[in-house]
Amino acid sequence: MNVTVTVNGVRYSRDVEPRTLLVYFLREHLGLTGTHVGCDTSTCGACTVLLNGKAVKSCTVLAVQAEGAQITTVEGLAQGDRLHPIQQAFWDEHGLQCGFCTPGMMLAAVDLLQRNPNPTEEQIRHALEGNLCRCTGYQHIVNAVQAAARAMSAAVGAPSGGE
Amino acid sequence: MIPATFEYVRAKSVREAVSLLQQHGGRAKLLAGGHSLLPLMKLRLSQPEVLIDLGPVEELRGVREEGSSVVIGAMTTHDELASSPLVRERVPLLAECAAQIGDVQVRNRGTLGGSLAHADPAADYPAAVLVLDAQMECEGPAGARTVPVSQWFVDMLTTALRPDEVLCRVRVPAQTRGQGWSYTKLPHPASGYSLLGVACLLSVDGGTVREARVAITGVGPKALRLPKVEQALAGKPADEASFAEAAKLASDGLDATDDLYASAEYKRHLAAVYTKRGLLRALERVRQ
Repeated sequence: MNVTVTVNGVRYSRDVEPRTLLVYFLREHLGLTGTHVGCDTSTCGACTVLLNGKAVKSCTVLAVQAEGAQITTVEGLAQGDRLHPIQQAFWDEHGLQCGFCTPGMMLAAVDLLQRNPNPTEEQIRHALEGNLCRCTGYQHIVNAVQAAARAMSAAVGAPSGGE
Repeated sequence: MIPATFEYVRAKSVREAVSLLQQHGGRAKLLAGGHSLLPLMKLRLSQPEVLIDLGPVEELRGVREEGSSVVIGAMTTHDELASSPLVRERVPLLAECAAQIGDVQVRNRGTLGGSLAHADPAADYPAAVLVLDAQMECEGPAGARTVPVSQWFVDMLTTALRPDEVLCRVRVPAQTRGQGWSYTKLPHPASGYSLLGVACLLSVDGGTVREARVAITGVGPKALRLPKVEQALAGKPADEASFAEAAKLASDGLDATDDLYASAEYKRHLAAVYTKRGLLRALERVRQ
């Protein structure tokens, strides 16, 4: 069955079996291996991508359900050499240890910051409930999201700033 | 984990979905947000030969007010419900329930209709729609049919929806002004499913309970109203002492089942604890 999606601004069209999960479509058909497969049971959030702007667990979406959709993966966050503020913040605040959960964490954080540009610590923890970090580095992850929120708020209004 | 092979078709309208269901008989399943069905298919606990995707069916989306009811399209997501100004204003119990389902990613995909048609014994909505006296509007080959929620949940994963019908809308009477409400749950820490959840609607007149409606989900094969608790509360003072007394009846004869996480005995104990907490929370809102 044919699927056409736009991933990180690039249009892709592929023939897939209907049972192909979106995460395997991204990784194996499109070669975008930044999205990780963790638990494969919609629990851990490592496979989180933005589907039409909203965070979803791509292990629990069929590629065919994404027909016509706009998808953002971790590869789509940076603009050339310039990191997205959430990426820069994870770097600056040591928001990762092994890094396996990081792509999903960052995309869940982007979903949060789109809805709520200035979240409290509690709101950040609530928004990241669907993302597990087995290194248990949650405190630095929360710090990173707060730092990104500050950076993105500061950039709003600047002529070339913000997404 | 990959599901078994299946044929995939997209429905563009309810009418088309019904005709596809007729065409494929019992071999087909409807796909809404997929957050109950796809995990089961990955575990091969469910192996439908045909999936009919309701994703493109626009008429199944959205929330609107009709008279004194709020009508919610079956494909409305938990997140859309939780953030809808209309739902938050007119049926805040349902918004509070939707906001507690799973996590952000699950709420972005999972749907009201999908959850109610699936009838997972640990789902959250069943308790809320039971106390709200919702009406389930279905469409099948013979036309439209409305099922009162009191007749909807038949058994574990079994509802009154017929195999060739689509659940299209849920019609929810708006909460009345001054009525208190709450949805209180104990989530499983990994899955977010309810070990148990209690929904309460509370009407109070001059410090006396005029009407209490209480329903519980997660403890047994299906969600239930708790008529003994409701009757014990009617006419009693709206205070902690009478709530504690009535809440004890929540455990009384409750059809609880052991599962991987909690014994039936523990769930019966929790039923009384959460019923009391839920009533107290509802009472705070009566006074607001």
